[in-house]
Amino acid sequence: MISTKDVSMRFGGLTAVSDLNIEIQKNEIVGLIGPNGAGKTTAFNTITGVYKPTEGRVIFKGRDITGQKPHAITRLGIARTFQNIRLWKDMDVLENVLVACHLRMDVGVAASTLHLPGYRAKERRSREFAMSLLESVGLADQAREAATSLPYGKQRRLEIVRALATEPALLLLDEPAAGMNPQESLELMDFIGSIRDRYDLTILLIEHHMQVVMGVCSRMYVLDYGVTIAHGTPDEIRRDPKVIEAYLGVD
Amino acid sequence: MKIKRNTLLSLAGIALLVGAIAVADATLGRFSVRILNLSAIYIVLALSLNLLNGFTGLFSLGHAGFMAVGAYVSALLTMSPAQKDMNFFLEPIVPFLRDLQLPFPLALLAAGACAGLVAVVIGVPALRLRDDYLAIATLGFAEIIRVLITNAQSLTNGAQGLKAITKYSTTWVVWSVAALSVAFMLALVRSSYGRTMKAVRDDEVAAEAMGVNVFKVKSTSFVISSFMAGVGGALLGHMITTIDPKMFTLTLTFNILLIVVLGGNGSITGSVIGAIVVTVLMEALRFLDMPMNFLFIKTDGLPGLRMVIFSILLMIVVLYRQRGLMGNKEFNWDDFLGIFRRKGASGAGGRS
Repeated sequence: MISTKDVSMRFGGLTAVSDLNIEIQKNEIVGLIGPNGAGKTTAFNTITGVYKPTEGRVIFKGRDITGQKPHAITRLGIARTFQNIRLWKDMDVLENVLVACHLRMDVGVAASTLHLPGYRAKERRSREFAMSLLESVGLADQAREAATSLPYGKQRRLEIVRALATEPALLLLDEPAAGMNPQESLELMDFIGSIRDRYDLTILLIEHHMQVVMGVCSRMYVLDYGVTIAHGTPDEIRRDPKVIEAYLGVD
Repeated sequence: MKIKRNTLLSLAGIALLVGAIAVADATLGRFSVRILNLSAIYIVLALSLNLLNGFTGLFSLGHAGFMAVGAYVSALLTMSPAQKDMNFFLEPIVPFLRDLQLPFPLALLAAGACAGLVAVVIGVPALRLRDDYLAIATLGFAEIIRVLITNAQSLTNGAQGLKAITKYSTTWVVWSVAALSVAFMLALVRSSYGRTMKAVRDDEVAAEAMGVNVFKVKSTSFVISSFMAGVGGALLGHMITTIDPKMFTLTLTFNILLIVVLGGNGSITGSVIGAIVVTVLMEALRFLDMPMNFLFIKTDGLPGLRMVIFSILLMIVVLYRQRGLMGNKEFNWDDFLGIFRRKGASGAGGRS
């Protein structure tokens, strides 16, 4: 599905990510973990086109997508959420999802301003799709509320829904459980599993919350200072001395 | 039921406005009608700047430049060869332009199209910038346009400007264009494309990640806005009937920006109200610039006092209503009628 080949990202003298080699198969849920500043979000940004990697290539569905613009990569089928929630604050919940639907509507400025019949049909379909997505996460009742007025946990879910509205094949979740209590985290785990099945997704997620990653991921990669120090199943990772060292330090 | 009532109310409101304009046009003096028409032109201009500033989040200060392009294109295209010969006494006009004469509606469209074309040229480099950098760049480009116009003697008649432009901007013309602009903006802003503009405004990074081609959306907005500014500039030229490069300085952009901010960044209703209020006040407060005679203090007239008052007004609005008179809300009958209902219920007047 997606693989990175020796991807490195340097900012001046700082190497944020070096020789990242990730390989994810279709319908897998894979975790990307590591201490703060390990380069996890940078890795996301190189995959989604926010940064052009200094070295290496990103291959998605057999295509080299290195250095493409973020919106073009989203069109190809990679969607993401953000660590610090980035909802559009002056729009309501439904509108937030509808903007993400725009990509697949393929309407230009003229057709949509003139409300041509073709546009109307697409707009109606988008609205139905957006509402069905909102319903699936229990946000349908709040569709007309301001996005930023939602409680934190729901904002996170809305971000995921918004990403789903772009109809991706690969979903990148950047710390989806951040700021959630244990109960919410458990619900999130179920939710991630259920959207994978329902929307036929492949998921790569960054998470600090070990319970979530261990519970939901089949495999994981561990980064420390930009270097991949371990990779394997949750059980293997748990026992890996290098990982323990990176997280807890050595004595 | 409720929707139908609102449609009826809207139709009645529009009919009332059309009637009011007709009455005003027929009964008011020339000076008042001119202010009325100036309001309409400012509505077009404010909407075009609001599209950039309020809906796409692009802080542009180049509006006067696009207005200048529109004003000159339309003026030159509508003048007869004889009129052009009269204007261009220092240096003759280039022959092909001399003989080119178009009917007013076509010239108006050409004015918008030329302004839009200039926007494409300017937008490609400038729209890579953000916020205040974009503002400075567009301001610079507007000055460049002005300097080019001043120096292209055989194209624009340079600093002498153009005189005796045909007065096509009648009440009905300008108000029709204003109404069309309002309708166009409403349709655009409420469409899927309009939503992507707002997404770019609220968070560019998120918009891009959700598949919005940010550069394309920005350019589209910039070109549409410039088109409208060109049309507005052309209407202004055909109302005042003389134009020269000095008209199109930053002050003009500032006036439009004032309307947009006062009315509410991101509110079409706000721009309409702002345009009318500012234009009328701008004339009504003209006495401030005149010699004044208070009981003990006599002044010989302070040119510019008007603008002082305006700036204070702007400060007050921004202090008490950070987002302008309307914020980013639009007028709708439910809220409007709600004000009266609440007032009636509480007696003391609700918070609005």
